[in-house]
Amino acid sequence: MAMRREHLVNAAIALLLLAVPLWASWAGQNFYVTLATRIAILALAAVGLNIALGLGGLVSFGHAAFFGIGGYVAGILASHAVSGAPLLGFLPGTKLMPVIWIVAILASGFVAAAIGAISLRTGGVYFIMITLAFAQMIFYFALSWPAYGGEDGLSIMLRNAFPGVNTLRPLPFFLICYTLLSLGLLLFALIRGSRFGAALQAARQNEVRTASVGIAPFRIRLVAFTISGMVTGVAGALFADLNRFVSPSMLSWHMSGELIVLIVLGGVGRLYGPVVGAALYVVLEYWLGGITERWQFFLGLVLLGVVLFARGGIVGLLAGRARHD
Amino acid sequence: MTEPILAVSDLVKSFGALKATDHVSLDLRPGEIHALIGPNGAGKSTLIGQIAGTLKPNAGEIRFAGETINALSVAERSRRGLGRTFQVSSLAPEFSALRNVMLAVQSVQGSSFRFFRPVMLDRSLVDPAMAALERVGLAGRAGIPAAELSHGERRQLEIAIALALGSRALLLDEPMAGMGPEGSKRLTGFLDRLRAEAPILLVEHDMNAVFALADRISVLVYGKVIATGSVDDIRSNPDVRRAYLGDEA
Repeated sequence: MAMRREHLVNAAIALLLLAVPLWASWAGQNFYVTLATRIAILALAAVGLNIALGLGGLVSFGHAAFFGIGGYVAGILASHAVSGAPLLGFLPGTKLMPVIWIVAILASGFVAAAIGAISLRTGGVYFIMITLAFAQMIFYFALSWPAYGGEDGLSIMLRNAFPGVNTLRPLPFFLICYTLLSLGLLLFALIRGSRFGAALQAARQNEVRTASVGIAPFRIRLVAFTISGMVTGVAGALFADLNRFVSPSMLSWHMSGELIVLIVLGGVGRLYGPVVGAALYVVLEYWLGGITERWQFFLGLVLLGVVLFARGGIVGLLAGRARHD
Repeated sequence: MTEPILAVSDLVKSFGALKATDHVSLDLRPGEIHALIGPNGAGKSTLIGQIAGTLKPNAGEIRFAGETINALSVAERSRRGLGRTFQVSSLAPEFSALRNVMLAVQSVQGSSFRFFRPVMLDRSLVDPAMAALERVGLAGRAGIPAAELSHGERRQLEIAIALALGSRALLLDEPMAGMGPEGSKRLTGFLDRLRAEAPILLVEHDMNAVFALADRISVLVYGKVIATGSVDDIRSNPDVRRAYLGDEA
């Protein structure tokens, strides 16, 4: 019955994340809407990582690369749209979110495929280190590239546009982010239940068995890593629009670590693990951050508690252990 | 006499000065269990490894289903229907028995890059997998994660996977190892029925099981086959008694 209980827990979380900003907007508390938007975006980024980490067991310590690439796609396209100067001499900029998302998906997917093609030839700690190294390379590149702000980052004067929606108001923008998060969760659930997901999860559990029935783990993992990077890339574009600002900090290893922390807190490989993790992270940051600058110390304590006493994360605590049918 | 499905002739494998396989010839015929026995270090696993494709012989020929397979990889041999189970079970522990077999069915269908359709609703995966579980008598345990199956059930599951992969002959390396008397009795009964599905080349130390199951026995000592014959031939062979069976028989 653990499965049905997890469905209930998931539905409750999904409703709560929708209801709180609706109520806050009605009550004129737009700050809470922005907080919920932050949760939805970080959750989407972590849902992306959860495809590689949770389903495939690929501990990527470099997902900030895809998050940051998505962010820079939004910032760069918007800046060209504002200045009117074509990108690379022939591509027009754009302020249209759907176009930005597609470019963000393509760009982060391309980089994920390239990083994956090299790093997936290794395993364990080497994989962690190589993904970290690639992400840091991109971080330092952004830091030292003056065209788009270098270490000062790049501002987006006005939030990018979505046809028929006033994205400048907090609630509509939240609803856009919430919709994309829901699509990300749907994609995760579909992949998990599919033939591809079966091969990916089998390769995590027993690589030799998977190969000996004739399924080559490398190709499966490379495709999973690419999809994973694409989802995190879209989240990065939204994050840039939320803050109306992109900087190299989106690409730094802190960001990669944060995404892993979100998943571990919420529950590795669990559908709503990233959502719960992101909610807990943002709420702690807001509450404790108001009391002390050293709020991350307490985050560390919570993380320690989860790792020691709730191996399935918070979702595991609420819904019992995961089952594969 | 029926044509053998697997035939090893004049196989040689040396590691330096050690001849682990010394001009070995043996065959496996449809419907039979051919047991391979011998003391530790006799070269049984080395021989199985060469037949399965993990080791390359120095000389000799391995024919399977009328074709020389010396140059084929492990995966190619497995695709041609030569199934193998390992000394230590190798399964996806979190997956149910059914899903472990479904993975094999999926691989045979050559379709791992499908992203949306739920596997559990896919009759073209579930039905053949369930059929393979029924053949090995594990249908009642289909929903149990592999990690929670007993040692014997895991063996049965590995064989179900081999059958789902379309294996026409099985190489079983010490399937009884680490099993209690009750478990090996059940597995013996199971292998007895299985021989009609797929003939078995069986490496086993449990002499009760070997004598109960084998149609023929080959005795391997220092890389050489010193005798091949029926259970009675082997029991009464003086060379075998001296080399291996001792007072046990």
